[in-house]
Order: sequence, then C-alpha cells, then structure tokens
Amino acid sequence: MPDDTLNVSHFLVTGDPLIYGADVSIVVVSIAIVAVLTYYRKWGWLWREWLTTVDHKKIGIMYMIAALLMLFRGGVDALLMRMQLAFPNTRFLEAEHYNQIFTTHGTIMILFMAMPFIFAMMNIAVPLMIGARDVAFPYLNAISFWMFFFGAMLFNLSFVIGGSPDAGWTSYPPLAESDFNLGPGENYYLLALQISGIGSIATGINFFVTILKMRAPGMTLMRMPLFCWAILATSILIIFVFPVLTVALALLLIDRIAGAHFFTMLGGGNPMMYINMFWIWGHPEVYIVILPAFGIFSEVVATFSGKRIFGYASMVASLMAIAVISYFTWVHHFFTMGAGPGVNSFFALSTMIIAIPTGVKIFNWLATMYNGRVRVTVPMKWALGFIPNFAVGGATGVMLSVAPADYQYHNSYFLIAHFHQTLIGGVVFGMLAGMYYWWPKMFGFVLEERYANWGFWWFNIGFYVCFIPQYLLGFMGMTRRIYTYPTGMGWSTLNLISTIGAFMMGLGFLFIAAGIVYSIFYGERDTTGDPWNGRTLEWSVPSPAPHYNFARIPVVTSRDAWWTMKKERKQGVLPPGEDEIRPIHMPKNSGRPFILSLSFFVAGFGLVFHWYILTVIGFSAVAACLLLRSFDYDTDYYIPVDEIKKTEASYGRS
Amino acid sequence: MSVTQEALSNHPPSHVGGEHVEHADHPDPNLWIFGFWIFLASDLILFASLFATYAVLHTHIANGPSARQIFDVTGFTAETLFLLTSSFTCGLATWSMRRGQRGWVAGWLVVTLILGLLFIGFEVDEFATNSMKGYGMSTSAFLSAFYTLVGTHGCHVSLGICWMIAILIQVLRLGITEVTARKVFVVGLYWHFLDVVWVFIFTVVYLTGVMG
Repeated sequence: MPDDTLNVSHFLVTGDPLIYGADVSIVVVSIAIVAVLTYYRKWGWLWREWLTTVDHKKIGIMYMIAALLMLFRGGVDALLMRMQLAFPNTRFLEAEHYNQIFTTHGTIMILFMAMPFIFAMMNIAVPLMIGARDVAFPYLNAISFWMFFFGAMLFNLSFVIGGSPDAGWTSYPPLAESDFNLGPGENYYLLALQISGIGSIATGINFFVTILKMRAPGMTLMRMPLFCWAILATSILIIFVFPVLTVALALLLIDRIAGAHFFTMLGGGNPMMYINMFWIWGHPEVYIVILPAFGIFSEVVATFSGKRIFGYASMVASLMAIAVISYFTWVHHFFTMGAGPGVNSFFALSTMIIAIPTGVKIFNWLATMYNGRVRVTVPMKWALGFIPNFAVGGATGVMLSVAPADYQYHNSYFLIAHFHQTLIGGVVFGMLAGMYYWWPKMFGFVLEERYANWGFWWFNIGFYVCFIPQYLLGFMGMTRRIYTYPTGMGWSTLNLISTIGAFMMGLGFLFIAAGIVYSIFYGERDTTGDPWNGRTLEWSVPSPAPHYNFARIPVVTSRDAWWTMKKERKQGVLPPGEDEIRPIHMPKNSGRPFILSLSFFVAGFGLVFHWYILTVIGFSAVAACLLLRSFDYDTDYYIPVDEIKKTEASYGRS
Repeated sequence: MSVTQEALSNHPPSHVGGEHVEHADHPDPNLWIFGFWIFLASDLILFASLFATYAVLHTHIANGPSARQIFDVTGFTAETLFLLTSSFTCGLATWSMRRGQRGWVAGWLVVTLILGLLFIGFEVDEFATNSMKGYGMSTSAFLSAFYTLVGTHGCHVSLGICWMIAILIQVLRLGITEVTARKVFVVGLYWHFLDVVWVFIFTVVYLTGVMG
C-alpha cells in the first residue's frame, strides 16, 4: 500500500543546483509574464482573445506555441543527457537524476511536443483546406486544447514539486509500481497522460467528424488534399488506440493508489499485460504522429514542385494501409518477451510489410519532384532533408524487425538511433516544414529565410553527427538508459561526437527561434493570402484568415481546388458558388473549457499526493462545468452581413 | 444514418435558424449523433481492454476466493433484468419523442431512471457484501480485474443517470425541440450501449464465473 503520510518537507524538490536554477527561472518568468500583462493591460485581451476562444486557428496557434516550448524543454533534457554521456565516468548528473531526465525527455517529446504539434497543424489547416468555417465541435476542440495544456502543466510541475517520474517514458511495471517507486513522480506521469489523453481522444473524434461531414460542396473524398487524408487516418488511429492507453494507465494507477494487483509481482498480477497494452497504443502512436508529417510533405512537395502530387490514389491507399497494419505490429517492441516463434514471426512480418506503403510514399514524393519546377524554399528544404533521413530510419527499422537479430539490437543505442531518426527526421522535420509553410496563413507574414536556413543546416547536419555514431555504439554493446560508462569500452570517441551533434541541433533550434523573433518585426507581410502560389483552399482566403474563414463557401470542382480556380479565373471563367454574402453562424467563445480543464488539473494534483479533498473539489467542479454546458442554450450567434463585408473590404476583397 | 435521420425527421423542429446547408455552418443535429457514435466506438475499445485484462487475470485468484465462491446468482440476474428492461423503457422514451409526446417521454425516462438506480443499488450491495467479507480490490488479480471492469460499467451507468436527469429537466422545461430531441436520442444511444456492454459482462464474467 502507498505511504499516505507523505512528508511535506519533501514537497519541494531540494538538493540539486539544477532544480534550484529551475525554481528561480520559473519564478522569474512567471513574474515577468504577470508584470508585462499588467503593465500593458492585456489581461482582458488574453481572456477574451485566447483563453476563451473556440476558433480552430487560434487553438492551433496555442498548440504550436506549447509544442515549441515543450520542444525546448525536452531538448534541454536531451542536452543534459548528452553532456553526462560525453565522457566516461562523468559525475555531472547523479544516476537518479539521469533516470528522471530520460523519462521526462521521452514523455515530453512524444506526448507534449509531437502530439500538440500535429494538433496545431491539423487545427490550422484542415478546416481551411476542406472549405469549412470551423471544426465539427468547436467547444470540444477548446476543451481538447486545455486538457492537453493542463496535462502538460501537471507533468512539468513534477520537476519542482515532488520530483519527476523516473521509470522511463514507457513506465513499465513492476518498476513503476509503488513497491519499487514510492515517490509522487509516477503518479504525475500517470495522471498527466490521462488528462491530456482525454483531450487527444476528443480531438480524434472531432477531426474524424469534421473531415467526413463538413467538406465544402463538390469536395468528394478523392478530391481532398492529402494532408486531410493523413489527418483522417490519424484520427481513426487516435479513436481506436488511445482508450487502450487510458486503460493501461488507469490500471497502473489503481495498482498504485488502491493496492490492486494488475501488474504487480504478487497477488497474481501480470506485468506483461501492461507492456502489451502500452504498445497496442504505443505503436499506432508513432503513426499517429508520422502520418500528419507525411501529409504535410505531400502538400509542400506538390506546391513547390508546381505539379500535382504523383500517384494520389496510391498515396491515399498507402496512408490507409499504414493505419490498418500499424495495429498489428506492437509485439516488435518486445520480441525478447519470449512469446514464441509463431507470434514473433507474425509481428516480424507485419512490421516488414508496413515498410512497403511507406516506401510507396517516398517514391511518389520523388516522382512529384521529377520534371517539376522545384523551388527550394524553407519548407521544401525540410521536406528534402526528410527523405534521406527517413530512408535510413526506415531501413534500420526493417533491420530491427528481424526477430532473431532483434535479440542483439534490443534496447541498444541502435534502437535509440533508429527511432530518433524516424521521429526527428520524420515528425519534427515534418512539423517544422508545416510551421514554415502555414506560418503566413497563421500570422500574415512569411518567416525570414536567412535565419531559417541556418537553422535548417545546423539542425540537419547536427542530426547525423548526433545519431549515426549511436548506431555504431549500439553494435558495440552500449545499451539505453545507462547513466555512465567506464573507459576502455571503445565508446568514448563516438559518444563525444554524438554530444557535439546534439549541441549542433540545439544551435539549429536557437536559429529557428531567433528567426521567428526577427520575422515578427521584419518579416515580409503577406498581402495576397497566397504567398507560395498554393494549390489548396487555405490559400484562397486572406492571411491571416478571418475568423469565419470563408465569406462564401467555395464550390469545389477538382482536386487541388484553388489551383483550378486560379487557372479558370485567368481564362475568365468565374468560379461556381454563391454570389451573395449571407449571415454566418458561429459558436460563441466560452471560458468553461479552460475552467473545466483547470478543475481536472486540481483533481489530478490531489490524486498525485493522495490529497483526496482536492480531488473531490476538482471533480465536483468538472461535474458543475458539464451540467452548466448541458443547460446552456445560448451557445452561438450570427455574424451580420455588414460586418463580413467590412472585414472582407479591410483585406481588399469584396 | 437512417436511424438518426428518422429519429429527428418525424417531428417538426421548433425553430429553424437560417437555411439548412448540408456542409454547413448551421449546427446539424446529425453531426452530434454521428460524433457520439464515434465516441461510443472508442468507449467500446476501452471496455474491450478491460475485458482482455479480465480474461487474462480471472484465474489468478492468489489466496483469494474464486469467481464461483463470490458470485450471487440471484443478485446478478436481478441486475440483468433491471438493466435490460430499462433499455426497453428508454427505447419507449425515444419512440414517444418521435411522436412529440412530451409527457410520455418524461414518464419513460423516469421509469428508466428508477430501473437504473435499482441496478446500481444491487451492484453497490454486491460490492459492499464482498468487501465486508474481506474480498477487496487488493486481494487478488482476479478481484482487481473484476471490480475494475464491473465498476467501470457501473460508473458509466451512474454518469448516465445524472445525465438523463439533466435531460429530463430540459424536456420538462422546454418540451421537445430540435435540441432536446437530439439530447434524448443521444442519451438513449448511450444507455443502449451500456446495456450491450452489460450483456457481455453477464456472459463473460458472471455466467462463465458460476459455471467454471
């Protein structure tokens, strides 16, 4: 049973200079934010424009800011680990601290960086691309964001209050059970993921319905931009696998809080059950984050090659094939469990098969560029950098899928290099491509190229310098999650090179961040709404898009709808559709999603420390929010025609 | 989607705000119903995971009792009857909603609620009796899985009761409008879904438990 008499003197984490530094910086930054908001009298603005918004574009922007901040935090974790491993026998981090850092690095990068980054891109682009005025359930969309946000806050809080989780991002029992892991860190992990997971499921449902039910007239499924197809596949994956994670985490929490025996060593528990369920979610999860990146590359490559995408139907088919097959590969994460040759062969084969549709996509991107008029812009650079990167990452994945060989690679640095190559080279490159590509649509100015180029080259080259040595280290027997190693293993030089690469990537990130700050002041304004000569509908509206998106809902007659409209307009053909502007029906802003999610945060925080009164208060507030919503009939309004005309005129349109 | 369209087309909507455009900026009730179906799909996966856990752990009784020793046939048969009947009365509420009979909708919802509360009462009694004998969550993996699976269903039913009360009040206050009709329909979907899950709990947990 867990220890209920938690010592309050351990409430604040003490004894480590790094954490004191974090305490100080958190306090300083918080004071600075409060001071700036108060000085410029921006509290009302913050509440009205952002905290209560239900506009998918603003929600997308908030997701993106959160993802970039989490990328920074996860990146700092990574640099701390690389500093510790740069030389043998280093005493920079204690073993316990190292465990916490690799745990938070993994958890943050997957769940609080990759996930919000894909949510950012889908929120910003999908409704605009399908000619809709918002997602199907805008209020639910706001709830999703704030659930993610407060989940992330709860997770990050563990660093200074109570101590971080330290059982790895996978949090395997029995190590993560209270017998071996008493501290509140694991509770933080379980509850933070649970809270943000509710938001993720809601987002999956929301975008599934949006894409299937909200498309503009004439936009058949096979006329949809490939990014929307990718999000449809991702949404299906989210809907069907996140509940499994919810259950795995809930059962582990019940073990820890109520002393149950799901995954314990005693009482008949079975730890492998958790591991199976974790990866039934975990493997599709990597496709949840990579498929949107594939979608972005499809848009970017087509736009900057000035051609329609090569093999559209095969692209759709391979997205869907990946989505289906990804449910049948989870055991390849633990071939060493000893499930027997029959089971291992099945999962080895399914893992190899899933590489085929992925390969199809790579060839299609290459064929799209072939004979195209390629413009090597910043988003295109990330797409071009992605292709060799992902080819290597995919090939090493197939190596890992060979079950007998996996007994050699399992949990070695070879594996670490492989999944970083797919997750950074695939997901992060994809999301950055998307960020540069859609930035003008979000903010009305283009990101400046010089800084962006420096950022790209440092990050891309740094990536290879960092991770290619890790493949070799894996072959040489270095396993993951070791906090130091003796001299004379032959690992020292490669580790040092890898650390240098990590810092090059860090420098790349700084250039990207500096470029954003520079562009806010000096970036080129986008007055056309179509800075890249785009092909899809989001480029048909002004930048930044007005909050109702389309004054008139477009009528779609072909794939690459905006490209067709531009061509027809040159030939003097007027696009079909409404002439009159009519009042637009919009959802009202609401502060309730924020308060609801804050209440979940309070309830979760209470559970972390077994302060059940706080939990009861939190859940009561949740119930109150839900009931208030049920009785609220004043949820939407109409924008009058005059106001729409005025807004359109301010963009120079009629 | 024929069921849902039928559900909402057989009564005149009380107000029509703007034209119905199919792609639309107007909140189409079918959108909510479709979304709720998808939610049920994901909730089904949640129960499937719990069933899988129960299937793996139900023989792991450690030093605790076996299923046969603790399951009370009268109790779970009564629970089953209450819940199955409540699903029928909930269906009658939807049927009356389609015919626009506010009083009958409210009446059948109240009957459904009473049956739901009886179900919960019996379940709480079963849990309490077993705990009193010292067979708790921490006794064995079997009991952990049992309490969690059946308890999760019970929590769903309890939530459904609160939700149905909220909708009952709205039906009494506002009559049957486009919005309340949609809400009655959706809570009905939820209720029938829980009934289906219970059929599986009845079979997989209780029947196999007392036979095994």
